[in-house]
Amino acid sequence: MEWITNFWVTFGDWVAGVLAGWGLPPSGVDLVADIVGVIILLLLGVTAVIVFTPMERKVIARMQDRPGPNRVPLYGTIIAFADAIKMLTKEDIVPTRADKLLHVLGPILVVIPAVLVFAVLPFGPRLVGQQLNVGILYVVAIAGMHVIAIVVAAWGSNNKFALISGFRVVNQLLAYEVPLILSILAVVLLTGTMNLVEIVERQVVPFAVVMPVAALVYTIGGLAEANRSPVDLIEADSEMVAGYLVEYSGMKFAMFFIAEYVTMFAVGIVASTLFLGGWKFFGLEDLLPVLRPVIVFAKAAFIIFLMLWFRATFPRLRFDQLIEFAWKFLVPISLVNLLVVAVVVKIPLADPVTEPYIRAAILFVLNVVMIAVAFLMVRRAAITSPRAPALKRIAAVEK
Amino acid sequence: MEITVQHVVFIILSAVALVGAIGVVALRNLFRAALALVLSFVGVAGLYVLLEAELLAMVQILVYVGAISILIIFAIMLTRNLMDPEYKAANEQWLGGLLAAAALFGILVFILLQVSWPVQVTDMPPGAIEALGQGLVSPNFYLLPFEVASVLLLVALVGAVIIAREL
Repeated sequence: MEWITNFWVTFGDWVAGVLAGWGLPPSGVDLVADIVGVIILLLLGVTAVIVFTPMERKVIARMQDRPGPNRVPLYGTIIAFADAIKMLTKEDIVPTRADKLLHVLGPILVVIPAVLVFAVLPFGPRLVGQQLNVGILYVVAIAGMHVIAIVVAAWGSNNKFALISGFRVVNQLLAYEVPLILSILAVVLLTGTMNLVEIVERQVVPFAVVMPVAALVYTIGGLAEANRSPVDLIEADSEMVAGYLVEYSGMKFAMFFIAEYVTMFAVGIVASTLFLGGWKFFGLEDLLPVLRPVIVFAKAAFIIFLMLWFRATFPRLRFDQLIEFAWKFLVPISLVNLLVVAVVVKIPLADPVTEPYIRAAILFVLNVVMIAVAFLMVRRAAITSPRAPALKRIAAVEK
Repeated sequence: MEITVQHVVFIILSAVALVGAIGVVALRNLFRAALALVLSFVGVAGLYVLLEAELLAMVQILVYVGAISILIIFAIMLTRNLMDPEYKAANEQWLGGLLAAAALFGILVFILLQVSWPVQVTDMPPGAIEALGQGLVSPNFYLLPFEVASVLLLVALVGAVIIAREL
């Protein structure tokens, strides 16, 4: 039974053995293994789109009390294929006065960083594309590159709505990247490593429990990074007809959506790695190591479900509210969080067995205090704000 | 001299960086020039990867590609008449610019030819990133310059806020 519980490692060793049996030198075996790994990682995110498109439409339909896609077979779950055929058969339009090179380059550039991120995401202690020492820094750096892709698309379209969304993307993504990186930094500070595999291995208690502040800030930042409602002011179809997407049709349009879903998936996997314990699930991962990638995917799917839930629940923010929320709420609270983690890490604890648990308990209590103080301050600001009387009048009228 | 895979990769990455750099100065369209700058930065980041300086490569992408290029592109997008084909790529200071660039090029070539670059065939020592991190915050090494640079950035930040503030 050993071979089935440890399927991935056995399978990999078996394939390597077969290749070596064919007379390939060890370097050749490594090369084939690398190429296969690269292809799997490349296709992983893109394949996930087939799962997440119907999931999004079904989940949101359910929350809005309607059936959702139900005309294609299998209860509408293969709607992604119908979408793909529709997108591929549409006319491909390039505006006459657009910057043609940049217009075509935009959709290509936007997919590259989204897919590249998968190179370091861990699905098990050995199931990882490349164990980089600077893994999480790589994720942040590569993910930040898609800002350029969107700006290229926005500029290349030569359309005023697209250009406005180009301004917005720089403004929004830079504003949300700061709290995102600060919350990741809190995890790095606590574990003392940027290697994603080691971060998972050092999570005795999932960090979402230990430091809910960082987890929440990361989720909101990731939402903005993946450009999801309610923080999707970049496309905001009701204000500026989908922004940078306005001049795109057919498969080029679909590329942006593929990139969006792949980014969502990557954000889900990174969030589950940093805050939900990665491939760990109450000892199940040691009982059945074959399930480790499944556990990661399940956790990522849970994060994506949360994102869909947000989209169905919250109205879209106004742009100034969005930016203010990032700079005046998320950045200060993540800075305070970083300070708290830095102090807690330096508390001298002698016993190496109980030490992580005690530290986790202290952090948890401090996090609860932080959340309480933050909400009290927001409440105070709401009461003392100059707009408070007007809000009260509106509330009275609505009653 | 034996040609290895690393040589080929080095040539490709250098070509990417150089083509990008030439594009920055040669392209008429300023927006495209900024994108060529991004290409050049990515090529340099690739060279860092080739030298096994992972941290530097990532910082190069994070700071130069992710932040500085975006800032430049943002400034270009806020400037008027840039899509105008009549727009001149050079202004009346081109002669001064040419002299300064030529002087810098001359100095760089001079240094390149004069200094005997020590070459050491060795692997990257393990824990180099940790050593770098320790070095930046250790009082015996670079704590003071590091903190002074931080204060300088903070001063610039506060100054920008004060200048931009509505009075």
